[in-house]
Amino acid sequence: MTPQLHMMPAVARVAGVRRETADTWTLELDPPSKQGEWAYRAGQFNMLYAFGVGEVPISISGSAPRQGTLLHTVRAVGAVSRALAQLKRGDSVGVRGPYGSAWPVEEAAGSDVVVVAGGLGFAPVRPVLRALLARRERYGKVVFLYGARRPEEILYRREIEGWRGRLDVEVEVTVDRAISAWRGHVGVVTTLVRRAGFDPQNAVAMLCGPEVMMRFTVAALRDAGVADERLYLSMERNMKCALGHCGHCQFGADFVCKDGPVFRYDRIRERLAVREV
Amino acid sequence: MEGLERIIREHRFFKDLDPKFVALVVGCAKNVRFEAGEYLFREGGPADQFYLLRHGRVALEMAAPSGGTVTFQTLGEGELVGLSWVVPPYRWAYDARAIELVRAISLDAVCLRRKLDQDHDLGYEVMQRFVPVLIERLQGTRLQMLDVYGAPATEKAAKR
Repeated sequence: MTPQLHMMPAVARVAGVRRETADTWTLELDPPSKQGEWAYRAGQFNMLYAFGVGEVPISISGSAPRQGTLLHTVRAVGAVSRALAQLKRGDSVGVRGPYGSAWPVEEAAGSDVVVVAGGLGFAPVRPVLRALLARRERYGKVVFLYGARRPEEILYRREIEGWRGRLDVEVEVTVDRAISAWRGHVGVVTTLVRRAGFDPQNAVAMLCGPEVMMRFTVAALRDAGVADERLYLSMERNMKCALGHCGHCQFGADFVCKDGPVFRYDRIRERLAVREV
Repeated sequence: MEGLERIIREHRFFKDLDPKFVALVVGCAKNVRFEAGEYLFREGGPADQFYLLRHGRVALEMAAPSGGTVTFQTLGEGELVGLSWVVPPYRWAYDARAIELVRAISLDAVCLRRKLDQDHDLGYEVMQRFVPVLIERLQGTRLQMLDVYGAPATEKAAKR
């Protein structure tokens, strides 16, 4: 496909909207008719276009295979994301994508897998967790550590409860602060790393969340003994064209939209330490 | 006493502590349990003991400006509850409440402080274990203060 066609959004219909938290919604999108079905790899993103307002990159947070729909979780923080969050069933939205690199779901086979997410960073790792659990026998221990700001801001609660009911996955959720009625963990997500049951020598870790949270989580995982080349991070920069042309999301020698958003840690280690990059 | 010695030796906080020091620590230790909802200590009270958790979880809480209490940290098995016993005026700065049944080793801080003063090698050993806990909690508090999961308040975010 030519770059021009890549720049052209397809029109998708909103099949459903689900409110996740006070400021976060999940949009369920029917595939554009000419395409027939959605194809993507866990970790990729689409550019969603709120007509007349603008376009933003939104991670693919899963699919509903039976309905054939694709899920995007949007936090209403600015003009475009607010417009997306206000869409109703039957409305139209422009979609370009999917773009970017994916989580190493296949490469992690045979290893323990530790997935660490913070805040809205749960959305891009949810497809990984679904993929791991769909073919559970291929992996060693599967651990999911999730940090949120407050209990009310925990995403996908029903899915978390479902995973907690399984004996073959360790799920730990922590919040930064809570009222005393909350019976779960309170504290930063990095504190969960030490308590988690996995073999650091044979673990692959996938991280997604605010960069500062990922830096400290990387430190905790490295301290535990996970090798740099087995750590993967999903980076976020100001992605505009999603094709590596405009340069807005340049991250050193890479473009996050094209070479990322998922990077192996040892390839970005030095850049991650530089605040201005 | 042998049981207590073994528990202390195997607890993460005192792991690999020289046996001669373990014997000194055991002299200040006892087994305790708290039912869910019971307080290990309350804000303002004398910090004359601290706890090594063996089982169960503890919430550290403070009164919120808007009323009620806010939990700012929970601690579990293998962790240490109570930092104020090390420095004057030895007074708790928050509440510690058992979320569920808690079994712990309680260490008499007055007894232990006296032994640390008398034996600086023991004092150094204990501080080497204590300071990393302090730093980890300080780092955690910094991250919590950053409110990393809050809505990004940048101009860039406003356009998104």
